[in-house]
Amino acid sequence: MEGVWSEELRKTFRSGRTRSVEWRKSQLRAILKMLEDHQNHIFNALLQDLSKHPIEVYRDEIGVVKKSANYSLSNVEKWMAPKKGQIPLLFFPSRGEVLPEPLGVVLILAPWNFPISLALDPVIGAISAGNTIVLKLSELAPACSAFLASTIPLYLDHTAIKVIEGGTDIAEQLLQQRWDKIFFTGSPRVGRIVMSEAAKHLTPVTLELGGKCPAILDSLSDPSDIKVAAKRIAGGKWGPCSGQACIAVDYVLVEHEFASILIESLKKAISRFYGGSLENLKNLSRIVNKHHFDRLRNILKDPIVAASIVYGGSLDEKNLIIEPTILLNPPLDAEIMTEEIFGPLLPIITLTNIQQSIEFINSKPKPLALYAFTKNETFKKQILTETSSGSVTFNDVMVQFLCDTLPFGGVGQSGFGRYHGKYSFDTFSHEKAVLHRSYFLELEPRYPPWNDFKMEFIRLAYKFDYLGLLLLLLGYQLRRTFTSSHLH
Amino acid sequence: MASEFEKKKKEEEVFGAEAATSLVKELRATFTSQKTKSYEWRVSQLKSLLKLTNDHEKEITDALRSDLSKPVFESYVYEIALVKSSCEFMLKELKHWMMPDKVKTSIAAFPSSAEIVREPLGVVLVISAWNYPFLLSLDPVIGAIAAGNAVVLKPSEISPATSSLLAKLLGEYMDNSAVKVVEGAVPETSALLEQKWDKIFYTGNGKVGRIVLAAAAKHLTPVALELGGKCPLFVDSNINLKVTARRIITGKWGLNNGQACVAADHIITTKDFATKLIDALKLELEKFYGSDPLISEDLSRIVSPNHFARLTKLLDDDKVSGNIVHGGQRDEINLKIAPTILLDAPEDSLIMNEEIFGPLLPIVTVGSLEDSFNDMNSKEKPLAAYLFTNNKKLKEEFVKNVSAGGLLINDIALHLTNPYLPFGGVGESGMDSYHGRFSFDTFTHKKAVLYRGFSGDVSARYPPYTPRKLRLLKALLSLNFVGIIRALLGSSN
Repeated sequence: MEGVWSEELRKTFRSGRTRSVEWRKSQLRAILKMLEDHQNHIFNALLQDLSKHPIEVYRDEIGVVKKSANYSLSNVEKWMAPKKGQIPLLFFPSRGEVLPEPLGVVLILAPWNFPISLALDPVIGAISAGNTIVLKLSELAPACSAFLASTIPLYLDHTAIKVIEGGTDIAEQLLQQRWDKIFFTGSPRVGRIVMSEAAKHLTPVTLELGGKCPAILDSLSDPSDIKVAAKRIAGGKWGPCSGQACIAVDYVLVEHEFASILIESLKKAISRFYGGSLENLKNLSRIVNKHHFDRLRNILKDPIVAASIVYGGSLDEKNLIIEPTILLNPPLDAEIMTEEIFGPLLPIITLTNIQQSIEFINSKPKPLALYAFTKNETFKKQILTETSSGSVTFNDVMVQFLCDTLPFGGVGQSGFGRYHGKYSFDTFSHEKAVLHRSYFLELEPRYPPWNDFKMEFIRLAYKFDYLGLLLLLLGYQLRRTFTSSHLH
Repeated sequence: MASEFEKKKKEEEVFGAEAATSLVKELRATFTSQKTKSYEWRVSQLKSLLKLTNDHEKEITDALRSDLSKPVFESYVYEIALVKSSCEFMLKELKHWMMPDKVKTSIAAFPSSAEIVREPLGVVLVISAWNYPFLLSLDPVIGAIAAGNAVVLKPSEISPATSSLLAKLLGEYMDNSAVKVVEGAVPETSALLEQKWDKIFYTGNGKVGRIVLAAAAKHLTPVALELGGKCPLFVDSNINLKVTARRIITGKWGLNNGQACVAADHIITTKDFATKLIDALKLELEKFYGSDPLISEDLSRIVSPNHFARLTKLLDDDKVSGNIVHGGQRDEINLKIAPTILLDAPEDSLIMNEEIFGPLLPIVTVGSLEDSFNDMNSKEKPLAAYLFTNNKKLKEEFVKNVSAGGLLINDIALHLTNPYLPFGGVGESGMDSYHGRFSFDTFTHKKAVLYRGFSGDVSARYPPYTPRKLRLLKALLSLNFVGIIRALLGSSN
């Protein structure tokens, strides 16, 4: 079936329909309308798949997509316009421009943790750039998958945008085919598979992966700052899908003396946001499935890790809920500190001096996001220049995701390629260089047979030395570094 | 002493996994030391490259003559001068490219400021090609250095003189703790590809490109592939025939005798015009290269016996035996092939189905150029496509309908000398681009940086969630100011 679909999509692409600004805008508007019409369906689907609270759903899914679609709607025409390039005078008369063109038929592989926004946000980019699209949804968020598969064809141009549901076998089949771009959000392990398959067809790939995103917490002196920082960390760890987010805080780095202050503040924030004990937890997403629940449970099974729990640690297997859990200095060689946690466990690692956090972070693969709470400007600068990550956010978490003007994407282990706003458009476009020349003014020295005069001319031309060129044409002999003997 | 020398030589000979690992380790240590990130270091290295090129023009042209019998003039125009102008352009622009870009932030994150900081990727590998062995080695290296990376260059073993010259000169002129040359063939390249790089920049063919990409996948390394393809040249009939013929010759035989990724692969023109064009080409060819082009000093030779055999196979294909209308002479001993023109070679002949990469130029006749633009869509996307015409409408159709890495109207290959245009392929002709600012970008990570204070927290971000918070969030995300105010006024939180 997929084979037939890709034929149809290629045909649609060749017809040129998806290139027009009208088509692109109509599809973006259709996405907005779909979200407007089906808000409650989406709330329900996410309640089923992940027990996400509707406000969380609005904040992290519906709202994000609407914002992206609106931003693209108001900018896409500008993005599509050719960019005039500067042309050196020597090429006169000529005209250069860079013309963005759609890549063709693209494949978007969406994850389960933000099954609406991480599916539709790249789709918005692909539509804005004028591509035809196959969107493969995650089978691990079945309600959202079913919702999008049944609803998208009712709103979007189904000859240009196809939605496919299914598991690994379907993904494997899709990857066998030739695409003009593959956009993948998920784990580094699957990212490697996607890239190896893409290599067979020389397909460019964007990989949005994750990693252990650290939060550095400097020893803040103002109690109200500490409160804000703790709130933001608590919001950025357990808020978005209960830590099952690629830009969630993975662990916190603090100085020894500051750890207890942080833990107390976090406890307060947790009880206010999510409730006090396992029985009356609220506003907290569940773990996506038994497999991931077991993975997280196993992390906590290690006796030394279990001994480092200072808050939480209870599990509700029936409802797949794990209490917000704080660990103080678990062993650095335990799984909790070597692998991405992707769940509601928050290790706090203490250091003698907060400056050591730079070295600590650099000893691990490059994360997708780095968070630092500090008022020390020198330290900020040091973090910026001495560490590497997809993004750096000072004194807050997660909000960088909402800025359409900032590129969103990883580096090293956290992926490559970037999207959001104009970057989404660029990710799905080819920048075609176009140079127009005329027949007027022919430079004779471009042509063989070669001689000294021509060599001198070209030397000056490359330096854009117009006076020299003029003198040369007038017959003046110029300094020669090249003797004629080199010219056979 | 002698035995030590022998030992060292032996170590150099077997550049295997171990040597590659320690090489990368050394460069990573240099990169971690922050040295390569400074503006001063980058400038000093670019200046050294410029000096290296200025000081050794003669050796460079000699090496290219030895590898390819490349005319000195061509070596200067397409290799030496381009490397120099590339260095000079970087030196001029680098400072402001390195500056962070301030960007606006959204109201959802208010109050805050944001910027995009450029940081080098780390330790990068440049694998170069044999046809422009000096330019295609150093041009990416210039980008890698300008962006502040440590870099390993692997020049092509098929142009051995240039390869060893590059190893020698870069050893003498560059900071060897950060810039290294590894010479060698397949085993050395394989050893290098097993390492973890922060970027691989490969120039060559699609077959090896796939191998590079698959190797990079294991380490999640981003890759730039500069490949080739069958670059078509469309010729309309309403043009200045003489100028066109001369530009075509320069853009085919004047580019390393057709051994260039941007050289015109074949011509597409209308039936009635083909003979006129062929006559003009013949006339100008003789003016350029004399009556016996096999002895012309202004034409490169074929790089190796392998490639010579590949090209003669294209010519000796039974399917094209009646199609050669000009040239066809060859000199196997000196690896020379004369400029050769074929008319209407059958579609299923070898020459029409693989990248020619040599001095053979098939001319395909069609009823209308416009229709042939559309036929392009069923073929692989080439690195470049060319059109000679004075017809404005045809130009527009061409730009709109033909997809290629770059398009050039009324000339050939000139676009690659323009530092303001990205140079790179799409589809089968590669991915990612370079030249000028694009070279800097291809070796740079754009790090998003957001600065926030501790004030201005919108409680709606945090649980416990209430309907009021939902209203506020909706207003914030849709920039509905009245809604924001109403939600805030209504909120006692």
